[in-house]
Amino acid sequence: MTGSLLRNLVNAPSLKLLRNAGKRTFPCIGTFAQKRFLSSASENMVSSNYLILPLKEIRDFNDSSFMTVRDALNLALEEEFIRDERVFLIGEEVAQYNGAYKVSKGLLDKFGPKRVIDTPITEAGFAGLAVGAALSGLRPICEFMTFNFSMQAIDQVVNSAAKVCYMSGGTVECPIVFRGPNGSAIGVAAQHSQDYAAWYGAIPGLKVVSPWDSEDARGLLKAAVRDPNPVVLLENELQYGVSFPVPQEAMSPDFVLPIGKAKIVKEGKDVTLVSYSRTMNFCIEAAEKLEKDEGISVEIINLRSIRPLDIDTIINSVKKTNHLVSAESGFPHFGVGSEICALAMETEIFDYLDAPVERVTSADVPTPYAQNLEYLSFPNAEVIVKAIKRSLYKKGK
Amino acid sequence: LAKTATPFLRGFATASEPITYTLPKNSFKAYDCESPSNEIEITREEIVEMYKQMVLMRRMETAADGLYKAKNIRGFCHLCTGQEAVSVGMEAAITKEDAIITAYRCHGYTMMRGATPRQILAELTGRTTGTSKGKGGSMHMFAKNFYGGNGIVGAQVPVGTGIAFTQKYMETKNATFILYGDGAANQGQVFEAYNMAKLWSLPAIFVCENNLYGMGTSASRSSANTQYYTRGQYIPGVQVNGMDVLAVKQACKWAKDWTTSDKGPVVMEMVTYRYGGHSMSDPGTTYRTREEIQHMRSTNDPITGLRLRITDLGFLTEAEIKTIEKEIRANIDEAVKLAQNDPLPDESEIWTNVYVKGSEPPTIRGREREEFGTFQ
Repeated sequence: MTGSLLRNLVNAPSLKLLRNAGKRTFPCIGTFAQKRFLSSASENMVSSNYLILPLKEIRDFNDSSFMTVRDALNLALEEEFIRDERVFLIGEEVAQYNGAYKVSKGLLDKFGPKRVIDTPITEAGFAGLAVGAALSGLRPICEFMTFNFSMQAIDQVVNSAAKVCYMSGGTVECPIVFRGPNGSAIGVAAQHSQDYAAWYGAIPGLKVVSPWDSEDARGLLKAAVRDPNPVVLLENELQYGVSFPVPQEAMSPDFVLPIGKAKIVKEGKDVTLVSYSRTMNFCIEAAEKLEKDEGISVEIINLRSIRPLDIDTIINSVKKTNHLVSAESGFPHFGVGSEICALAMETEIFDYLDAPVERVTSADVPTPYAQNLEYLSFPNAEVIVKAIKRSLYKKGK
Repeated sequence: LAKTATPFLRGFATASEPITYTLPKNSFKAYDCESPSNEIEITREEIVEMYKQMVLMRRMETAADGLYKAKNIRGFCHLCTGQEAVSVGMEAAITKEDAIITAYRCHGYTMMRGATPRQILAELTGRTTGTSKGKGGSMHMFAKNFYGGNGIVGAQVPVGTGIAFTQKYMETKNATFILYGDGAANQGQVFEAYNMAKLWSLPAIFVCENNLYGMGTSASRSSANTQYYTRGQYIPGVQVNGMDVLAVKQACKWAKDWTTSDKGPVVMEMVTYRYGGHSMSDPGTTYRTREEIQHMRSTNDPITGLRLRITDLGFLTEAEIKTIEKEIRANIDEAVKLAQNDPLPDESEIWTNVYVKGSEPPTIRGREREEFGTFQ
């Protein structure tokens, strides 16, 4: 997987080309066969304005299933809707608009307005409503158009959802998923670009996951929906259009990824590079460059899970490489990188390090609009290369 | 409280035969709808039961007051002394399958929804026999179809609207009573909830428990519009004398019938009064006069009012009432003793219920790196 993936991404260093790579969309979405998946309850949901279209039974994909992150999420949503009638999607523009970023495209036509619900622009209200639905037996997926808007509703996520199982001594459960784009986009400036992984990652009672590629998106969304706890699923808008190969096993309708396990995306022996979500693209680009120009072998770990964070995978990797660099798009202070540094101090990582841990993060500024300044405010391959080199030259100096 | 029903002679009254009682004229005020009827159908059993429940609730809250002053209850403790009619009247009008959610003044509702005084007092004293195993405290009590016990003012209103959403989604014939105070009534998220409830025609009954003060701020100092039953604007509303348990029951029944016939949500305002302060840390006298409190106690007390009706209707003699009160007192004294001696939660419970049992991560961190809970 790695070779062809690196070829795809290294030859498209600019973001514009990365976005165009996503034009190879998954062939089966939008085509339908004869078999109808309708329970009797679903029949009642049909209103005169919406058709329930027949759904293609999921099987027989060819081996090189290339799929955008968007299509992976769309298909995963569809499958979870079919699997459990209590699952529904609620958020702004998810239904008639087909999703602000088209992640929920076609779902209203397939499942009707009972399962796909457009809300007014009232985050605190509809997030709280979704929490109440979860407490009383449904399995809502609450979409925030971006996680920047989740701040309007953060009390409901933290105090009404995350803490309720504990406060009730286990008598009340909240099986909800909060999902939506997180972190950087392009040119959307300060109020629309923040990465909330560290904020939600700090809260006991939540699980927080962040996919990078299509397999992540599919497996983590399904895991999140099936998990009985509140789960925050931090996607990324720029990743939606990027295509990734999805292995055959991952196309099973019951494919889930375990929450709390990281994945070694590329093996290496000189330095461990830890990242999540969109920043992974820059990590891969940086690793290719270092391999080609300096013969440095980078091991790249895709966290997949912010909370719980899989420190064991990082420990085992650093035992091999003796160097650790984290790269993420959150603000530098009190962030995911800070957490990795703290864990490095407290675990065996400390004993195996030949250099201090390096953090690459967003700059400690509200995201600027001007393109040159914006470019300087987010991590990229160049900055990651610099941090890796610094980590390695510290050895024996 | 005037009595207008013909007194029954004990000899002719059977236990389950309903009488028709006429509530006073000022019991209801309607906005954008017809008022509930002033004629209530009620049996002797029901009235006596409501009386017992209010007395039990009053004694339980008084016991909590004592425990707090003796430092057996810590943190916040918000008592509903004086407001008993609202929770008792509401429960009398609904079934166990309807849902209730409220804020932090929740002990009375927890009891009406099925928790015993012992479980409530044990939760207040942080014992493992409490409703939340001692891990929630005064503000976080739950029971079947009772969703708390919520500490953040106003947050329970959208959550309650979500419970009504589930009732509509699952096509049950139930409603959700979503309680909030006069202080919370100005929260933006309340209006967000009103909007969605009306838009989607949810079986949501918004109930403003107006006890005239939001902590230390009187309604007129916090609200540009103190007619809380009209604040739903496009949602019909009814203002109810919340010190009259029969009026509360009648209004709640009306509200449930309304919202479960797919007519959408309603707003109710229960005008009531708390004798105590906002919480046990508040004497309750810096922002209102002692005369006002005394006046409410002597002329509007819900328990006294029902007792007068009971004796006027001949449902119980004074001696029977005294026996009931003595039994309840003994019941609560016993519960207090148990609550003070029940065991604290086991130390291992600090790690449990952060996540649903069986779905925990392998470890949960403690206060320093060698302290943690493990799950297999």
